[in-house]
Amino acid sequence: MLLALILVPILLGGVAFIMPFERVRPWLLPVGGATHLGLTATAITRGASPMLDGYLVLDPLGTLVLGFTSVLFFLCFLYAPGYLRQRPERRNRVFVACLLVFVGTTSLILLTHHLGLMWVALEATTLCTAPLLYFNHNARSLEAVWKYLLVGSVGIALALLGSLFLAYSALHARLTPSLLLEDLIRDGHALSRPWLHAAFVLLFVGYGTKMGLAPMHTWKPDAYGEAPGLVGALLAGGLTNCAFLAILRFFHILSAAGEAAFARELMIGGGLFSIAVAGVFMVRQRDYKRLLAYSSVEHMGILVLGVGIGGNAVFGSLLHLINNGLTKGVLFLSAANIHRAFASKTVEGTTGAMRLVPVSGALFLLGFFAIAGSPPFGPFVSEFTILSAAVSAGRYVLVGLFLLLLVIVFIGMGATVLAVVQGTPVGIDRSVPAKPETFLTVAPAVAFLILVLCLGLYLPPPLQALIQRAAAFEALP
Amino acid sequence: MSTAILVMVLLLNFFVLGTSRLRAVINASAAQGVALGVLALLVHPHVDEDTLLVAVGAALIKGLVIPWLLLRAMRDAAIRREVEPVIGFVPSLLLCAVGTGVALVFSSTLPLAPQHQGSLLVPASLATVLSGFLVLTTRKKAINQVVGYLLLENGIYIMGLTLLQAMPFLVEIGVLLDLFVAIFVMGIIINHISREFGSMDTANLSALKD
Repeated sequence: MLLALILVPILLGGVAFIMPFERVRPWLLPVGGATHLGLTATAITRGASPMLDGYLVLDPLGTLVLGFTSVLFFLCFLYAPGYLRQRPERRNRVFVACLLVFVGTTSLILLTHHLGLMWVALEATTLCTAPLLYFNHNARSLEAVWKYLLVGSVGIALALLGSLFLAYSALHARLTPSLLLEDLIRDGHALSRPWLHAAFVLLFVGYGTKMGLAPMHTWKPDAYGEAPGLVGALLAGGLTNCAFLAILRFFHILSAAGEAAFARELMIGGGLFSIAVAGVFMVRQRDYKRLLAYSSVEHMGILVLGVGIGGNAVFGSLLHLINNGLTKGVLFLSAANIHRAFASKTVEGTTGAMRLVPVSGALFLLGFFAIAGSPPFGPFVSEFTILSAAVSAGRYVLVGLFLLLLVIVFIGMGATVLAVVQGTPVGIDRSVPAKPETFLTVAPAVAFLILVLCLGLYLPPPLQALIQRAAAFEALP
Repeated sequence: MSTAILVMVLLLNFFVLGTSRLRAVINASAAQGVALGVLALLVHPHVDEDTLLVAVGAALIKGLVIPWLLLRAMRDAAIRREVEPVIGFVPSLLLCAVGTGVALVFSSTLPLAPQHQGSLLVPASLATVLSGFLVLTTRKKAINQVVGYLLLENGIYIMGLTLLQAMPFLVEIGVLLDLFVAIFVMGIIINHISREFGSMDTANLSALKD
């Protein structure tokens, strides 16, 4: 069952690579997305037993992220055929194949309890997303993909070194070294402290690079700026969350070792710094796709900040993982529609999106309100949960700083978004969009928005219970 | 014996940082790869078939396949030398010396398991990682940056040798495979860079900024 979640998408990717029909191939994506969603739903409702000697386990945290990621992939893949139809000049063989393989490697990251295998899977995701970023085959996307590959590979190499340090901390304690999560949590109290600390710093920096935390975020604006919108949505909502999950696994080991306080300080610092850096670069940002990249840096910062604060903020953080991912779906997909309609992604070339592509313009605006934390959308609930947990923990300075940064981000992002959606289109012939929005390119973004709105109004009890169980790593002594 | 090989690995770091000819740099990284393969056999008192496979795999991929990929990319791009690194060759050699010293001092503060006391494995690993970083950040030619990444991975591999029994065979091979694919993809991108810009100088890659 669990193995199927990994292998079926990869096999479909192989089929897509062999298939000679350029026009039919994109429809493999919705098929693959629906199959994965179906398999995920079955695994979650029926339960799935561990496989391969405990290498593949579906635990509550994995269930939560896997369920969400599967929905994200499905909706983004629904968008893909409509998008690729508007881009007939580019061949889609590698693009479709890599997207499907990406689903498989993502599932492996979320399911495996072997930290070495998790590393292999994360590096594999880096590699199979590189061709996705290079879809446009121009000088700018070339630059973006080179930076993405080098920064990402170096970051993840540090994470491998950290994983080895972790195993060495067991060796030094005269235990049998192992990289299985269960073993490390069980032996947590005995692990050698200096190696454990060094390991966590390396892992936080390494997987933090993949998450896009400042100051290791430099690949992000370039990559998101040049990648097709649906790839941006999948990276900002999918891949970065996988890296976050990796950090949570290691945090779990540290808290089992009684060293949670050490990890927390690091996460609070890293989180706040990311939000601050994102805020600085969002003010007066003229490129709305880069704007979304900085918004992603900000929200990754909020995720680790929540875990750093601890208590109920961990619940808020995990809920925010879902809310942020879904809202990024709205924003990236609508921004991609606007980008194609205007053939420009700067504010100067894009005024009046609301007139030229009314649905995408409205979605972009609503998505902005959602991501900025306005009620009644989901991110408001999760950010509020984190804030109130920080207040009840008595961390008033932190709360003040966090609120101040949120206001800066709101103003900075708002100025750019409003400049894009308002006004009248200027230029030679701006009455007809270069490439119009279609049902296929709008419906998935609407679906994302509905989900964000629903989560803001009502949190279903099963989901709440699942998040509570997933956050249980917090409750360790 | 294993100490002699580790010293050779460290000297190769210096060689990579001190030379401008790309072919020599690639050959040095190949030699380092082969040395690491041999090292895997020496570190462990009793060699089983998994260790043997990992050793042969590392020597083949790091010593043969990847250098071949890089040499081919170099030939296609018709580039022989790193002309103007961000930091000159002599200063980068000095930095490498400082880095190696720091690695020695830092690893002496970490508590080692009894079987690794007095061994150069951990300091050599950290020193190689640092040298890789140095190459990555100070060289402008794309191929040189890839060699830097290789050195970084080699350093991590040395650390991995202290834990051969912790890493199951599947994961070891997965790591090697990922490395191979990474270099392969980077090779393709280098090819595109040199076609797009007429050179593989990454200084050309500076259009994207805020």
